[in-house]
Amino acid sequence: MMEKFDTLTSVAAPLLRANIDTDIVIPISRMVGNATRGSLGQWCFSALRYQADGSENPEFVLNRAPFRGAQILITGVNFGCGSSREAAVWALKEMGVRCLIGSSFGDIFFNNCFQNGVLPVVLDRATVESLAREVEASQGAGRISVDLNDLTVTAPSGTRHAFAVEPKRRQALLEGLDEIAITLQRAPEIAAFQAEDRRRRPWVYSL
Amino acid sequence: MHPRTQLAKIWDTHVVADLGDNAYLLHVDRHLLHDLGGSRGLLDLKQRGLSVHSPHLTFATPDHAISSAPGRVGTSAVGSDLLQALREETRAAGIRLFDINEPGQGIVHVMGPELGLSLPGCLIVCGDSHTCTHGGLGALAFGVGSSELAHVLATQTIVQRRPKAMRVSFEGTMPVGVTPKDLILRLIGEIGAAGGTGYAVEYGGSAVRALDLEGRLTICNLSIELGAKMGFVAPDDTTFNYLAGRPFAPKEAMWERAVADWRKLPSDPEAQFDRELTIDVASIAPQVTWGTSPEHVMAVDQSIPDPSAIADPSRRGGFEAALDYMGLRPNQPIIGTKVDWVFIGSCTNSRLSDLRAAAAVARGRKVAEGVRAWVVPGSEQVKRDAVAEGLDRIFLAAGFEWREPGCSMCLAANGETVPRGQRSISTSNRNFVGRQGPGARTHLASPAMAAAAAIAGAITDVRRMEIA
Repeated sequence: MMEKFDTLTSVAAPLLRANIDTDIVIPISRMVGNATRGSLGQWCFSALRYQADGSENPEFVLNRAPFRGAQILITGVNFGCGSSREAAVWALKEMGVRCLIGSSFGDIFFNNCFQNGVLPVVLDRATVESLAREVEASQGAGRISVDLNDLTVTAPSGTRHAFAVEPKRRQALLEGLDEIAITLQRAPEIAAFQAEDRRRRPWVYSL
Repeated sequence: MHPRTQLAKIWDTHVVADLGDNAYLLHVDRHLLHDLGGSRGLLDLKQRGLSVHSPHLTFATPDHAISSAPGRVGTSAVGSDLLQALREETRAAGIRLFDINEPGQGIVHVMGPELGLSLPGCLIVCGDSHTCTHGGLGALAFGVGSSELAHVLATQTIVQRRPKAMRVSFEGTMPVGVTPKDLILRLIGEIGAAGGTGYAVEYGGSAVRALDLEGRLTICNLSIELGAKMGFVAPDDTTFNYLAGRPFAPKEAMWERAVADWRKLPSDPEAQFDRELTIDVASIAPQVTWGTSPEHVMAVDQSIPDPSAIADPSRRGGFEAALDYMGLRPNQPIIGTKVDWVFIGSCTNSRLSDLRAAAAVARGRKVAEGVRAWVVPGSEQVKRDAVAEGLDRIFLAAGFEWREPGCSMCLAANGETVPRGQRSISTSNRNFVGRQGPGARTHLASPAMAAAAAIAGAITDVRRMEIA
């Protein structure tokens, strides 16, 4: 059962650097192994969050008082590009992030978010940057609300911005649906496909 | 029938169910597992009380977390655990494993094509973003996350949204010293690391048609660095000649039937693309990255870019942060930048043709004082072929280290890292912050350029070297 997502009101941390890749979100050394889930949150963004001696980097937005513990990130272009590691989403979620608002996301990361009850919201770049300016100006006091029911983001100023989510993905997040269980209901269709395909493209199956 | 793209043809062949809103349930023809996520996926499935739907279409090999040291010494405890778990779980599920020291073992994206497991027109997935590599054979191949991986194991299908179609035509003849790696890096420089997001990219044009299959795999490998989950080349005689006789490729009458089918895969002449662009190959120089995204790329004979010339503040800030991380100053030539490490390997550039190109530069020369240079073949088969033609001896005589096949220092999942603050020139695919180790500074380049830098002890223009 996937964790549901419907509405969220939170401090939002602006992290507008372009091309933040999933290696930055969670470094490989912290995710290798079958037992690392649950310990990833502390290493999320470690290259930005900690200095070489292991101490916190006071400049990094998530180390600054109002933004620490933000459940929403306002992200720069192409956030989550690079490696397919789903541990990037797990690390964000373990750190408390449930929603990202950005103008574009890496394709694989974007899919991985929906598998884990994390909502990536796509808005145009000017709107994303205006949201970042508002939360910076209010030093985190201004909260952002995200509503997956009516598909709106409400800025600290009260301005509402509509966003789109593919209907099936929206339903899956709202209801916490499990994709594997849904597809398994189509087992007869899959079997029929393979039987027909085996006649059409036998070389695919004759290994 | 209206003209269709290769993307449309392969996509339509795999639709098990149209789910509406541009989402489809697609059949997966080949699922490749590796040591980093393979056993976890199989264990997740077991925990849910599910079994593997089509183990005969699933293949596994260790590559990420194993040591590349001669004799595999130095595999970490966690790496050993992952290898052991992969052995146990694949055996229990009836999945064919290509284990270390066995022909077939290697980086998943090297061994799949090499064994003839990856075929034109196939839909191939793997829990690794560089699965796009297999597109070089004319397959639709892409990386998936852990949840999607488990879905494929349980159902042999995947839910996907159909991407838009982009065609990139590389036209002209590659100048001497310019390689497939330079072509694709140039493209990323032109349209950016998100330029291909939401697209499947078809690479064509006279330069791609003239390329050997390994070069096409290199180009497709970097599709994901363009933001495109999948990239491919139309299959042709080059493809069929490469595949003929490979261990898992179809044989005899089945081969003839398959080739006849594969000849229908290329995009129809009148097919429409959502985006088209053409790159003039003759104008491309050897490329090297200067920053922390593959889009931070330049011709080796140019100067490092100046952030102050960039109007967009976010982009300017990104350039400044990248230069700071890389320890570079704007407006300086990149040639002459001293390197500490050289890495020749990875799913991008570790095949026999890559090692030949690097060996041609290394032959009769010496690695510069103070430089550590590694050659990590992409697979056990590449290693054996290279040894058979004496490439290992050329590298060893020149002072390179000759290692065991795997992903190694491309992503340092096995603990093989470039030390903090040190500079590496690497034939891999990502120059991300910390990718080759915390604080490591990575410059991406072709095998010939990396070998040239090993000899010079600094980034250099391989076109200035005499190569036999």
